[in-house]
Amino acid sequence: MALTAVFFYLFATLAVASAAMVIVAKNPVHAVLFLILVFFNAAGLFVLLNAEFLAMLLVIVYVGAVAVLFLFVVMMLDVDFAELRAGFIKNAPIGVIVGGVVLAELIALFVARGAGPVTTAVKGSPVPSGVSNTEALGLIIYTKYVFFFQAAGLILLVAMIGAIVLTLQHRKAVRRQSIPVQVARTPANAMAVVKVAPGETGMPAEPKGQG
Amino acid sequence: MNELLMGYLPLVVFIGVALAIGAGLMVAPFLLAVNNPDPEKVSAYECGFNAFDDARMKFDVRFYLVSLLFIIFDLEIAFLFPWAVAFKEIGAFGFWSMMVFLGVLTIGFIYEWRKGALEWD
Repeated sequence: MALTAVFFYLFATLAVASAAMVIVAKNPVHAVLFLILVFFNAAGLFVLLNAEFLAMLLVIVYVGAVAVLFLFVVMMLDVDFAELRAGFIKNAPIGVIVGGVVLAELIALFVARGAGPVTTAVKGSPVPSGVSNTEALGLIIYTKYVFFFQAAGLILLVAMIGAIVLTLQHRKAVRRQSIPVQVARTPANAMAVVKVAPGETGMPAEPKGQG
Repeated sequence: MNELLMGYLPLVVFIGVALAIGAGLMVAPFLLAVNNPDPEKVSAYECGFNAFDDARMKFDVRFYLVSLLFIIFDLEIAFLFPWAVAFKEIGAFGFWSMMVFLGVLTIGFIYEWRKGALEWD
């Protein structure tokens, strides 16, 4: 289909171009914004593959939440732009080595396995027959792939606990409002009737003049 | 496939309208508004005195915690959609597998609540 091809090349080109911009952008905030553009284009590619649920999930989770997390991290770093630029040349060899290793692994994987029969079988299955993509996922996630599903739940639990353990710090000096305590307060435990002899204040600990 | 693209035509129209309005609102001031800059006028204004330091300051890590906890429950909700769509076909096993999943995350939710991670201070 010509129209599909046009959109595929539009999304693919934009995705690759913005991915390149993520790397070369000097300002980390701009890099994150380009990363959001990559996510959007990947979502467009998913739509072209009929994997509409994944496309919407990509927009909701990655654009809506993960990109915000990245922005927070960038802002937490207290970015000194001049310093970042100075370190670029120094760190470039390490980056090239790591990227090269990953690229070599991907190429080795592709050479060794290629687009085997499994891949071609999987490729055609976002919409099996007459059901929507979301329903097709729902039919297998919770029954056929139940262990992966539960493992995903456990990973989310670990992430939640880990985030709390690592970042939660309560300030000691803060006076918090406890609504149950306030509501449970009665005259019986909040007031005391004190017998005061004439000439005394009845509040021995308190300094004078603040009654 | 053309049918699919036609189904997304309203979305394209919406994006186009949003782009047009956004670009129009950004370009219009350059064309319409009085632009008469002055070093004092364009300098940072901080309530009468010179600006103390850069506007880029470190974020509190608690924002990160809040958004991370948001993502986790966001994903939990995302798992509910295919489940709800295929609810009739997957039977009791699918129902209980989702209940176990929700139970695991509810443990995390209780932990989070008891630790006070939902409170700001």
